[in-house]
Amino acid sequence: MENLNTGDIAWMLTATALVLVMTPALAFFYGGMVRKKNVISTLNLSIIVMCLLSVQWLLFGFTLAFGSDGNSFIGGLMYLGLDGVGAAPNAEYAATIPFLLFAAYQMMFAIITPALITGSFVERVRFGAFLIFALLWATFVYDPVAHWVWAVGGFLRNMGALDFAGGAVVHITAGFSALAFALVIRARRGFGKAPMEPHNIPYTILGAGLLWMGWFGFNAGSALGANAIAVNALVTTNTAAAACGLVWMFLSWRDGKPSVLGIVTGAVVGLVAITPAAGYVTPLAAIFIGALAAPISYYAIRFRQQRKLDESLDVWACHGMGGLWGAIATGLFATTAVNSAGANGLFYGNPQQLLIQAFAAGLTIAFAFSVTYLLAKGLQATMGLRVSQNAEEVGLDLSEHGERAYS
Amino acid sequence: MAKKIEVILREEKFQDVKDALRKIGIVGMNVTEVRGHGRQGGITLEGRAGTYQIDMLPRLQLNIILSDHNVERTIETICDAAQTGHPGDGIIFVFPVDDVIRIRTRERGARALQYKGDIDDMREHAGANGNGHGHGSAGQGV
Repeated sequence: MENLNTGDIAWMLTATALVLVMTPALAFFYGGMVRKKNVISTLNLSIIVMCLLSVQWLLFGFTLAFGSDGNSFIGGLMYLGLDGVGAAPNAEYAATIPFLLFAAYQMMFAIITPALITGSFVERVRFGAFLIFALLWATFVYDPVAHWVWAVGGFLRNMGALDFAGGAVVHITAGFSALAFALVIRARRGFGKAPMEPHNIPYTILGAGLLWMGWFGFNAGSALGANAIAVNALVTTNTAAAACGLVWMFLSWRDGKPSVLGIVTGAVVGLVAITPAAGYVTPLAAIFIGALAAPISYYAIRFRQQRKLDESLDVWACHGMGGLWGAIATGLFATTAVNSAGANGLFYGNPQQLLIQAFAAGLTIAFAFSVTYLLAKGLQATMGLRVSQNAEEVGLDLSEHGERAYS
Repeated sequence: MAKKIEVILREEKFQDVKDALRKIGIVGMNVTEVRGHGRQGGITLEGRAGTYQIDMLPRLQLNIILSDHNVERTIETICDAAQTGHPGDGIIFVFPVDDVIRIRTRERGARALQYKGDIDDMREHAGANGNGHGHGSAGQGV
């Protein structure tokens, strides 16, 4: 216990709160982009995950991800109900803060990841089916991948894959799961015929601003202490968001006018892209990582639109493709000059790291996509994924929740 | 008889139209927010990546009840104030009105349309100065 550091504890408590707020921020980011008859439903898809996953994580999620009595693919059950997770630090993860604080901090990541996926099936998903899906997805996709990448003994961690704050664990899993789910649930009624206009872009801008702030907890907190790595992560995070928002503005301007919805989308994509790299790359590299993330996600959205796929709020294009680029970019720009616990990337003479990053990303994509596809198909066959035609036309606020947003 | 004129106009032209109508003595009106489109179809808005079309555009609908002899001058005034020359400037419909009842006083017909300083009141004063057009009664001729 003498190793506990009050500075580290104070910062990690703060970072935990910052990451928690990202989920309601995401709710508003998404809520602004749907039609007004579905805004409460869309907000709730994120909010309810805070309730559901907090309980799942405490009961068995944490031990499946970080239980050290498991194998290299899944954690054991030694921390069931957070048994034995208390004030004493676990030096394998964070030697200067209570292990319980580490578990609480990681809980916030487990919460936001399923919430990210919800952008793919808003305005038509059956709420009951979503609850089951979120629980199963967290258990069969998030917890194993978190174990592979972050847990001591996880096989991707042993291989040397770098994922500072969850580029693969959070964003690649969420993005490609969103794609799989969208292919199963299919398009909203009227998609491609009637315009589906964002009903409150100010909500989306507000949500993006709060996400940007919360991301300091997400990335700088992943240093697990109040130290120089955390400072570097905060600066790279801010830089990538800024660079990506700027480039997105120019892309949008070139195609018409500089869309503000586009600018804030770009900022979020920059935050996604820097996530795996934040504690391993220099602030200058973060400019490149953010700037190049913009065309990747921008043209991924255009591609998705051309294919007439209703992956409604572009979770795949923003989080899947942004996260994939981030994982690759980590293999290019990582340097032990920033973080001696990391590795050098291709540009620092280590091409091997790029291959490891690509392998880890590819495997995560294949796993998340296929398990999600099967989960969605199974739920579709048993309880049905979609509300009725009438319920969809009336809007999910009234038909699923008996409420309306604006009276 | 009286007429109701229904004017669909650009939101940004409303203040100009209102000012112009006030200047000729049209003091009563009501306004509703409407959505729709005419022959121009719709407009293009910026999305996250690329653009999209919307076809139900916001406009204001102005409702005014007038005596027959004031309709033409009012229409001219509105057109002058509301026109930009681009598609989407709007449209005016004219309907017959059977009767008008002012709830406070239960006045009906012409009397219910009269206000101090209204278009006919202004004309009468102008007429007293020798510029009248011959509609010089205080009534609005319902």
